[in-house]
Amino acid sequence: MAAPAIPTDTTGRAGEALERLRRRPDIGGRVFQLALLSSLLFTLLVLVVLVIQVFGDGSSVITGRLGGFLTGGLSSRAARAGIAQGLRGTFYLCLITAIVAFPLGIGAAIYLEEYAPRNKLTTFIDINIRNLAGVPSVVYGILGLTIFVKGFGFRSLTGGSTPLAAGLTLAVLVLPVVIITTAEALRSVPQALKEAGYGVGGTQWEVIRDHMLPYAAPGILTGTLLSIARAAGEAAPLILVGTITGYLTDVPSWFDVSQIRGRFTAMPIVITTWARQPQDEFRIDNTAAAIVVLIVFVLLLNSAAIVLRNRFEKRREA
Amino acid sequence: MTALHPGHWDISELQGSPRRRRRERLVGRLAFAAAAVSILISVGIVYALLFEAIQFMLDVDWSRTWGQIGWIPRQGYVDLPTIVVASLWVTLIAMIVAAPLGLAAAIYLSEYADARVRRILKPVLEILAGVPSVVLGYFALRFIAPDVVGNVFTSAAPANLMAAGIGVGLLTIPLVASISEDALAAVPGSLREASAGLGARKRSTSLKVVLPAALSGLTAAFIVAVSRAIGETMVVYIAGGAADSAVKNFDPTQPGLTMTAAMASVASGTDSVAGVGPTFQSLFFVGLLLFLITLLLNLVADRFVRRFRQEY
Repeated sequence: MAAPAIPTDTTGRAGEALERLRRRPDIGGRVFQLALLSSLLFTLLVLVVLVIQVFGDGSSVITGRLGGFLTGGLSSRAARAGIAQGLRGTFYLCLITAIVAFPLGIGAAIYLEEYAPRNKLTTFIDINIRNLAGVPSVVYGILGLTIFVKGFGFRSLTGGSTPLAAGLTLAVLVLPVVIITTAEALRSVPQALKEAGYGVGGTQWEVIRDHMLPYAAPGILTGTLLSIARAAGEAAPLILVGTITGYLTDVPSWFDVSQIRGRFTAMPIVITTWARQPQDEFRIDNTAAAIVVLIVFVLLLNSAAIVLRNRFEKRREA
Repeated sequence: MTALHPGHWDISELQGSPRRRRRERLVGRLAFAAAAVSILISVGIVYALLFEAIQFMLDVDWSRTWGQIGWIPRQGYVDLPTIVVASLWVTLIAMIVAAPLGLAAAIYLSEYADARVRRILKPVLEILAGVPSVVLGYFALRFIAPDVVGNVFTSAAPANLMAAGIGVGLLTIPLVASISEDALAAVPGSLREASAGLGARKRSTSLKVVLPAALSGLTAAFIVAVSRAIGETMVVYIAGGAADSAVKNFDPTQPGLTMTAAMASVASGTDSVAGVGPTFQSLFFVGLLLFLITLLLNLVADRFVRRFRQEY
């Protein structure tokens, strides 16, 4: 039996109607697609306006006295004020955050992905981590204030409101994100790779160390470096922890490690303090210039993430 | 390692060297300890909040937390409605900005954009997600308040809650977009093909098939964004226009302090040193409220996310 023929005859009335329908331009659909696209273009526009605004506001300081701005300390005179202490503080905060959060985060992710038995405790840890990722940063500030700044045991270790206490707070803040991204990267390791590792007699830790971590490295690195960039831009927990918002008299050297137990400030705090000053030289010129420096700092971290990821990916292909 | 003699297998030879086994056990325990730290953190947060918050609840003159002229901790006025309403305004305005823009971006990226367009446009959202909130606070203060809000509402204050809300909204667009896109991508292609097979156009398929199928994931995106907006501090602290105290005022075009900004103010201002009544402890009480609200929202969102994972 022959299959019923699909009507190809477009001369009949039904055929004509079909053809008209097919040729009718889908104006509504086009408008819809354009509206969707314009939402993305609007977001791009916001970014462009933001960059123009910030660079425009900061241009007088950046072109006029960039050297003095980068090396000078906080001052009540706008024309002399600089961000040396803020930059140094942020640098040390990032360092402490990385040293604390990376091993803990990667260790926890390894446990959850590889070691954890499927039981209630594991489920609880899992849900707990996802909820911690959603806790507002200002609440982490309260944790830092109570535990790392004032809590006993920690008080004698951190010495109060210091880069050490603030760095620990930021480490705790980014830890859930580090765990989640590392766990995702570990999950992407092909099962066959693991099985091959076990097949040649590797123990669980040897397989993780020699096969899984190198394979997952690009994903882990991107996630962790992005979380450090986030820590560099956080201000709310630092305010709670008691970062200096007024004046810091001394500008100690960059390599004086003892300062991690001293008074400090950080870039986001400098920006916040200046943005709330009444004089335009602080509120606009200095603030915008400091923002430019912070954005450059964060961008450097992000590009480091991309460079490292590409290198690891190339090695994986080789 | 001792030589293996066929026929004379010893169980210890099969187990590998004791050193290797000891190392295995040690690594397993270290990894567990790292995971257990996350529980310690949760305990720490609850302890840090509860202890002083209870102190506040015992010491505070409750008549000063309701129906007062505003949130002026220096003078002992800790009017909760003032800061709660400000938080609600900021969140509402943020969602009016972020929900449609984020959702539209997600639909475009998931349903319309080809690989090349995605590669160009996706980073825009990623860059926006990486902008520190202090930067958006400055932008809200310098641009959104005078040039956007000020143009529409001529009576608006030079720094106000609406500008801060729009700033928070811009900050949450990437969050809404990325969770929504995940939800849309999880809808199986067969549904789209079936719809197209019935003769539906792309727009009908997107709006009437894909969107409803991804509804629980989209709901999760919305709830997570609300939670993020309520918890955002710096944009409001910088652009909200209230220095360290706020007079009760339910008009979003005027200055105000949200719960988060009020916490930052108490912590940074001179109010933390001296004040009438348990001023400093108010910080912990507001923090506890904030923690409970965001925890509830996150748990609900988690429920929705799991539902859309189960469906497909």
